[in-house]
Amino acid sequence: MAKVPEIELMFQGTTACPGCGAGNAMRYLLKALGKNTIINIPACCWAVIPGVYPSRNLDIPLLYNAFEATGAASSGVRAALNAKGVDPREITVVGFAGDGGTADIGIQALSGCVERGTDTIQVMYDNEAYMNTGIQRSGETPYGAWTTTTPVGSKQAWKKAPKKNMMEIMNAHGIPYAVTMSIAYPELMIEKIQKAKDILGPKFVHIYAPCPTGWRSNPSDTVELARLAVDTCVFPLYEIENGVYNVYKKPKKKVPVKDYLKIQGRFRHLPEEEVERIQKNVDLEWEKLLKKVKFTKE
Amino acid sequence: MSEMKIVSGNFAAAYGAKLSRVEVVAAYPITPQTEVVEKIAQLVSEGEMDAEYVMVESEHSAMAACIAASNTGARAYTASSAHGLALMHELLIWASGARLPVVMTNINRAMGPPWSVWADHHDTLAQKGTGQMQFFCENNQEVLDSVIMAYKIGEDAEIMLPSMVVEDAFILSHTKEPVEIYDQELVDEFLPSYDPEYKLDVERPFGFGSLGMPDWYMDFRYKIAEAFEKAPDKIEKVNKEFSEIFGNDNGGLIEEYKTDGVDVLIVTMGSISSTSKDVIDELRAEGHNIGLARLRTFRPFPVEKFRKITKGVNVVGVMDRSYTFGHGGDAAREIKDALYGHRDLILKDYIVGLGGRDMTPKILKNIMLDAISLQDKGLDNEIEWVDLRINQERWRR
Ligand SMILES: Cc1ncc(C[n+]2csc(CCOP(=O)(O)OP(=O)(O)O)c2C)c(N)n1
Ligand code: SF4
Ligand SMILES: [Mg+2]
Repeated sequence: MAKVPEIELMFQGTTACPGCGAGNAMRYLLKALGKNTIINIPACCWAVIPGVYPSRNLDIPLLYNAFEATGAASSGVRAALNAKGVDPREITVVGFAGDGGTADIGIQALSGCVERGTDTIQVMYDNEAYMNTGIQRSGETPYGAWTTTTPVGSKQAWKKAPKKNMMEIMNAHGIPYAVTMSIAYPELMIEKIQKAKDILGPKFVHIYAPCPTGWRSNPSDTVELARLAVDTCVFPLYEIENGVYNVYKKPKKKVPVKDYLKIQGRFRHLPEEEVERIQKNVDLEWEKLLKKVKFTKE
Repeated sequence: MSEMKIVSGNFAAAYGAKLSRVEVVAAYPITPQTEVVEKIAQLVSEGEMDAEYVMVESEHSAMAACIAASNTGARAYTASSAHGLALMHELLIWASGARLPVVMTNINRAMGPPWSVWADHHDTLAQKGTGQMQFFCENNQEVLDSVIMAYKIGEDAEIMLPSMVVEDAFILSHTKEPVEIYDQELVDEFLPSYDPEYKLDVERPFGFGSLGMPDWYMDFRYKIAEAFEKAPDKIEKVNKEFSEIFGNDNGGLIEEYKTDGVDVLIVTMGSISSTSKDVIDELRAEGHNIGLARLRTFRPFPVEKFRKITKGVNVVGVMDRSYTFGHGGDAAREIKDALYGHRDLILKDYIVGLGGRDMTPKILKNIMLDAISLQDKGLDNEIEWVDLRINQERWRR
């Protein structure tokens, strides 16, 4: 297993909430990639976390861009580097966007970027809602969750639509490499990010990033929640390399989904039968994933 | 060696980009700009043009990619029109806020609905508040020249602003004219490679565009305003330098056509100007003391220059190929603004040629005669829509 590099490119003094999983996501990402990295960030929590002008706590060149433009900005930076004769292996271009900036408003630019074959790592740090604007539902908000736009009222309650599967959407583009990762497993994160770095072409990285503020969870539970998401198979750790699936971290023993749900206020309202329904769906998706692994490896 | 070619306005734009040695092009096709995209793709694929061509999936992404490329220190270029330009709106503002000298060619086209692919200036002028410099071209040579000059002006350390070089749909974009394609070495001398002081650089990491709190934001805006104040002089200077080297004087802020001591001054923008100049000659031959000012630079708006050229003028007749609803023709309104408290004259706004409606010499002559008649009868209407279906008889007779 890869060691977590000593290098620190993210300093203290961020404006993130205590226990912010997205903070860990960036820190490990930069440890894995090192200083020869250019990051572009659209509107999202991470547009604020690096600090307000003139302070900045990321020691890499940082380009902010419009909410929906991350994929295009990555292509622009990469094109400029190509024009200057800088090899993709010399400098890694990263688009670092939230779930909204990736899966909703930014999906067009991302799709274009991947389809064009831009040499870049496109990261979706997934806190499962629009957090920067105050916890509104996104395409990545899971079924059953409360948000401020899926409030629990008498006529309508919680989000009814399922979570958008970005890994499949990326795979449908024929992307060379797509991978999910969790901040609960830093060594594995480092390993997979470094693997992505060495692959030419577009790479998609889906980082599961618990958000105590939006999930109504205890800040000290952030890592625990990230681990539980993996152990319950709510968020399996897997990669798709040229269409071939591989689950790289299987839970030793599958934990019931309710253990994961019950420590988050955003699921508090769910009746028993809804919890069961979620469990069933998680089981089904997990089975499907294992079948994809089997099918594509054969 | 420079070379004469018979090319469309679209090709002239592409050759302008090529001569400017743009390093990154990101563009998305739209009628009537498509040929710019195709021509550059061809020049790049044949190795005639050494640029990275990003095949984006929208105009929003085109400008986003140009912004990112420019921020990385590359000279970036795009082209668009009408609905594509409108889709870029957010990023037009971004480019100026980020102080990036991206240059784009916009083919002036009417906005739908109803769908129209023909010329008017609404698309471009709807972006007049975005912090882009705007240069309106009269002919294809000027399109090529203006792309090169726009980089020179925009990349000046005191300016650092993006530009729109605009030409009228079909009338220029698809009409072939002889255009001088300059010697590359001469252009290189005039326009050295782009080397910004600040860029995305792993050896010297900076952040670009982070959150600016109220105690900073306004001062950044003031810096942009300052650059715009310096821009008019820079534009005139670069225009002069350009004309000395390449022999073509495109007029800088305002091109004056027989304006010395005139009683009546006609103001035009874009392709309509050429026909109008012929009509001016005709009227002068008939004894009328009339001249023409071609408003070439709409942003920065040449306030001082307008004050200067209207000295002693009785009537200003402005032809506006756009109309801001609830307000009026864009050029006329801004000229009034410039002259307020400085000139006591009659100003009439003629709304013309929207959605590609043809402006014939006859109609132009009737407009100018109407402006001349105001000297005696005084101002009748502040704004007049010319050659509508309901008043065509009057303007076409
Ligand atoms: C065009 C546009 N629409 C809306 C917004 C407002 N906005 C800023 S961040 C944001 C939500 C971001 O959500 P996500 O991408 O999931 O990142 P998070 O804040 O959750 O980290 C929204 C809606 C914007 N900046 N730009
Ligand atoms: S709202 Fe959530 S994602 Fe945003 S900074 Fe706070 S904890 Fe992190
Ligand atoms: Mg989010």
